[in-house]
Amino acid sequence: MGSSKGGPVYRGLARIPDRALLLFAGLVYLFLYAPILVLIFFSFNSTKNTQVWTGFSTQWYGELIRDSSVLNAFKLSLTVGLTATAIATVIGTLTALALARYTFRGKTFADSAIYAATVMPEIVVGVSLLVFFVAATIPLGIVTIIIAHVAFCISFVTIVVRARLSGMDRSIEEAAQDLGASPVQTFWRVTLPLILPGVMAGALLAFTLSFDDFVITFFVSGVGSSTLPLKIYSMIKFGVSPVINALSTVVMVTTVILILGGSRFLTSREDA
Amino acid sequence: MGKGGRGWTLGLAGLLSPVTIWLGLFFLVPLLLILAYSFGKSGVYGGITLGFYPGNYLKVFDPLYIEIIVRTLVIALLNTFLCLLVGYPLAYFIAFKGGRNKNILILLVMIPFWTSLLLRAYAWVVILGGDNGIANRVLQFLHITDHPLILIFTPQAVIMGMVYSYLPFMILPLYASLEKFDRRLKEAAQDLGASRWHTFWRVTFPLSMPGVIAGSILVFIPSAGEFVIPNLLGGARTVMVGNLIQQQFLSARDWAFGSALAVMLAVLLVGAIMFYVRRVGAEKLEGV
Repeated sequence: MGSSKGGPVYRGLARIPDRALLLFAGLVYLFLYAPILVLIFFSFNSTKNTQVWTGFSTQWYGELIRDSSVLNAFKLSLTVGLTATAIATVIGTLTALALARYTFRGKTFADSAIYAATVMPEIVVGVSLLVFFVAATIPLGIVTIIIAHVAFCISFVTIVVRARLSGMDRSIEEAAQDLGASPVQTFWRVTLPLILPGVMAGALLAFTLSFDDFVITFFVSGVGSSTLPLKIYSMIKFGVSPVINALSTVVMVTTVILILGGSRFLTSREDA
Repeated sequence: MGKGGRGWTLGLAGLLSPVTIWLGLFFLVPLLLILAYSFGKSGVYGGITLGFYPGNYLKVFDPLYIEIIVRTLVIALLNTFLCLLVGYPLAYFIAFKGGRNKNILILLVMIPFWTSLLLRAYAWVVILGGDNGIANRVLQFLHITDHPLILIFTPQAVIMGMVYSYLPFMILPLYASLEKFDRRLKEAAQDLGASRWHTFWRVTFPLSMPGVIAGSILVFIPSAGEFVIPNLLGGARTVMVGNLIQQQFLSARDWAFGSALAVMLAVLLVGAIMFYVRRVGAEKLEGV
């Protein structure tokens, strides 16, 4: 593309004004947000129509609150998300410490395994875990969902925490030890507070990934347990309804609040 | 590096054993298991006889399945290309023209990135559906068509849903690499007489290659394994490998063939990444 030289088209393109770029950027933002805004807008529609505005109403939110299966799915997602995040954050942080602080045989393999786990297509991870759980006769349910979520969250936590560790000045830890702190004290009093923003960022990422995951959960959940994404999927399959719009609105607004809160928390910690 | 001992009571083994156990047992072993299953033979009731039967892989070469595999790759590549085409100018805009609003502009890309993929696909189910649907009314309002078109359950709808879902995955790494870009290089090129177009293709674009590679991988892999979007927005003509795998495991219960398809998908994608990274230049990735 860049190899051709001269030519009127080529010279014309050279003068793409900034205004065209601005217009294009505006259109991309419109593309990103219009569908979401349409969803939110029609969650307040007064009839079951999700495409033609008939008047304002909050009845679909009422229906959403009264639907106990949605509430149960939300509770399950929360339980799974918090448990998986806690386990994955501890394991991921330990792994990051090992990879950042030690050189050992098989480190390249460990590194590639961590990255492989992040790029492996979700559907492959999902079906392989299904086959594994069935072969090991572990009944599908909340336990298998948590095991699967921890497995795909560990790598992401490791990568985030490791990035934080690599930017850390080791002399602070050495100073603490020179001043007589034991290794355990050094870890809890010096290392952990310093890497905490990274650990928190990793945990936040893990929770979001777990809370949002559909594909892997779809294969390892069995019949009885439905997380929120699984519930949403079955609702969509059943048919378009403003109740789904209302649920989408609640989920999206919560996500935005979490991101804004999370980023503020993380940046303020970083400044300290 | 390497001078463990001193600061760490939890030795290396202690730090590494949890991850080894968890990923070993719940990532590596399952993958090896489907590799073994892919050479097995499915029984009538879904049981599997292990052995060495290459039949499942031969079955992949049935024209019916080849068509699905080719379609999957075409859709995934097209999606990656379109995301790059749409995402690059935006990332460029934010990095170089964003000014003081940079952080807000990138946050506006991150919000959809964090929002459930499922809900964003649902938005398109709503918009594209029906003769009197939103997309049809917009098209008629813009005089692009004078009669309602069938928009949902088409390959185009799948592509649309995919570009919409994966665009942020492209923009974020592109922005990360453009943001680090030293503007003085651009100025130097222009001082030396290069046109803006020339500067872009010879200086800016090559230096943003790590972002292009990272973004392409982040978009290509999940879209090649996608089955939710074709399930919701596609019809019979847009069955992708993901749908085929799902069918083998959940309705057809031919786990051996399903495993072969999954193994093939994993090998194909990992191979594609290695080829791509090597081709475009691993040394450029090191900057990420």
